[in-house]
Amino acid sequence: MPFTPPPVDDVIAAMTGRFGGLESTVFRGQTRLVVPVEASLDVLSDLKQRGFDLLVDVTCVDYLEYRDPPMQMPSCSGRRYGLVYLLASTTTNQRLTVRVFVDDPKPTVPSVVPLWEAANWLEREVWDLFGIRFEGHPDLRRLVMPEEFTAHPLRKDYPLQGRGERHNFPVITRHES
Amino acid sequence: MAVADSGKLHLPENVVVSRLDELASWCRKNSLWPMPFATACCGIELMATGASKHDLARFGAEVFRFSPRQCDLMIVAGRVVMKMLPVLQRIWQQMHEPKWCISMGACASTGGVFDTYAVVQGIDRVIPVDLYVPGCPPRPEQLIQAIIDLQDKIQREGTITGREFDTPSRQARKRALVELVDPLSLDASRNPVLQRELAAEAESFAGRS
Amino acid sequence: MSIAPPTFESVSLPEAATRSEDFLWTLNFGPQHPATHTTLRLVLKLDGERVVDAIPEMGYLHSGFEKIGEHLTFNQYVTVTDRMNYISPMANNVAWHHAVETLLGIELTPRCKVIRTIIAELARISDHLLSNGAVGLDTGAFTFFLYGFYQREVIYDIFETLCGARFTNSYTRVGGVSHDVTPLVVEKIRTFVKTFPKTLNDMERLLTRNRIFVDRTKGVGVLTKEAAINRGATGPVARASGVTRDLRKDEPYLAYGDYDFNVCCATAGDCYARYLVRMEEMRESLRIVTQAIENIPAGPVNIGIDQRTALPTKQQVYSTIEGTISHFELSMSNRGFEVPCEESYAAIEAPNGELGFYLVGDGNESAYRARCRPPSVLNFAMFPHLIRGHTLSDVVAVLGSLNIIAAELDR
Repeated sequence: MPFTPPPVDDVIAAMTGRFGGLESTVFRGQTRLVVPVEASLDVLSDLKQRGFDLLVDVTCVDYLEYRDPPMQMPSCSGRRYGLVYLLASTTTNQRLTVRVFVDDPKPTVPSVVPLWEAANWLEREVWDLFGIRFEGHPDLRRLVMPEEFTAHPLRKDYPLQGRGERHNFPVITRHES
Repeated sequence: MAVADSGKLHLPENVVVSRLDELASWCRKNSLWPMPFATACCGIELMATGASKHDLARFGAEVFRFSPRQCDLMIVAGRVVMKMLPVLQRIWQQMHEPKWCISMGACASTGGVFDTYAVVQGIDRVIPVDLYVPGCPPRPEQLIQAIIDLQDKIQREGTITGREFDTPSRQARKRALVELVDPLSLDASRNPVLQRELAAEAESFAGRS
Repeated sequence: MSIAPPTFESVSLPEAATRSEDFLWTLNFGPQHPATHTTLRLVLKLDGERVVDAIPEMGYLHSGFEKIGEHLTFNQYVTVTDRMNYISPMANNVAWHHAVETLLGIELTPRCKVIRTIIAELARISDHLLSNGAVGLDTGAFTFFLYGFYQREVIYDIFETLCGARFTNSYTRVGGVSHDVTPLVVEKIRTFVKTFPKTLNDMERLLTRNRIFVDRTKGVGVLTKEAAINRGATGPVARASGVTRDLRKDEPYLAYGDYDFNVCCATAGDCYARYLVRMEEMRESLRIVTQAIENIPAGPVNIGIDQRTALPTKQQVYSTIEGTISHFELSMSNRGFEVPCEESYAAIEAPNGELGFYLVGDGNESAYRARCRPPSVLNFAMFPHLIRGHTLSDVVAVLGSLNIIAAELDR
């Protein structure tokens, strides 16, 4: 029997009671909570107080070429970037996925570094690869790409083989070395 | 010890006659000190080759010195990404002559599985490579065979002053494989027309940076 | 004509690092350095021998794994996941296909679950042998490293008999594995289980109560329990600080629910505690393998052909019509299996921590987004917090104990 994580219905009920504009669905036993950008920091700090003390991951999905509405929820379609916050509780083993949707031209999200220090590098990586700004991040620089790289590679409009940056280096032959 | 009949020189048993070049090559080939430029999975097979079961020290490559000033063989084991490439070039320039380079594994030779925006498709685009070892990762026995082949190459071509590196073929840029365009692929990134346009864009990118 | 050496323009440091204080000395540690396990970089600000601040830099092995995941099918991408945590590639394969099977909603056969459990535990043993071996090597104990490497060769031999490759096996497939376990493999695993404890005891005798090693690692790089949770640590690094989270017990996957084993924890949170936790975990893994190898269930190893995801056996292809149709559907490039347009996350307890994949499916055989949640990123981000105030020689010990694998770090 596949393992199903402990239910989070009471948490969802409390959150939807406290904040407006939240929606939640369940897929394969995992609960996803969609939060508007303005309320994301409040919702996440509330969740942290409710026992979700481990931030598992912060990542993003670029829905530029996605045909269906994300997670089969029509209210989520129309915006290009869907941020994913994966939370877990070390005491009760519950898991929760929080989704925040933002759009071009200047996708901006409040940073959760004040809540979980783990978000520091994870948000830097999302900035590097997707171009989403995090307000309040202490040190928003590129993490995996070189500093002078200009594009955001994991966006869907950036080609897999790049735009020629990878071979743009001087050649050293035997004569010169 | 007589120089008599038909001009042949008879030597006692404890005298060896050779050319200085061959003697120098023999010394150099049997004491190649590798500089392991290990970046990824091939690095683990390099460590396994140096460990006790497949012992690379038997072939003279005893010390894996990590200082480029003390090594003569750079083994690039693993993929090299564009952020790491200046480091690779700087270390190659810091090594003293005579020096050789082995490109170990598919990623160092041609980019391997990773035909992406960040991985350099073969370090021979930027560094002069002497030997390529295919495999992903190559077995330790393959790497040992590569070291033996390099030893043969040094013995064949080596000169005491390093004149073998001055030949045009050694100085020309080398490429492991010619770029192949796959006509049957439906992937747009293999489209030659598109690639030409992207190349033009890359030129302007190079001009800007 | 000589060419100017390439310069490091691609260095960006936060404001704090570029402030100049005359008595502090900036030392660049890496990316090419024996103790930075492959390509990590640290910019250390030193006050004599004491580290005042350390700025870690990563990305020197970033190969675009996540972008490749959008172009390769699920069964092709497993070859790429091998190259992530390359000292235990089987664990990455198991993690990837666990995530894919969670998205697709596939339930494995009992035999497949037990086989995957055994190889995941062998991968854990091989990972801990190398990571503790690297700690030993970096602090000067070369023999310890060689003992560990010899046992890794025995495990490589088992994997090679099983599926043909020493490491980077790409062993799992959607709904099953690529090669079934043969009696010869079972024999080799039994022999390994009998002979490994002796080597483990030898290795413990070398280092565990060794005065030099204990002095170098005790009290160095202390991580408190609250800091571990706040900074997202999982795996042996977190368990050595007192966090008792282990996905094998908390969210049992594969066949872990059937076996009797303990979760190894410590409270000190220093490098010595991490070393001890890894040594104990090797013993627990050996217990699991011993129990599992005696009771491998009979039956098919891949899931049935009615689910249309795993390739049928040749006998089924040649003798039944469902087998032929299923083989055709899976092998033709414009067909394939149904993937829901949904998203899910699934994680396993990899040797380094919680290794999970967040998958977004869009109906095709390749993922729309394949995000790997790497434990090494959070471990490396913790490094400045752990090293402040310690000396330069402790940098090496702490870096080794965190077991940061550059390929998993950078992806």
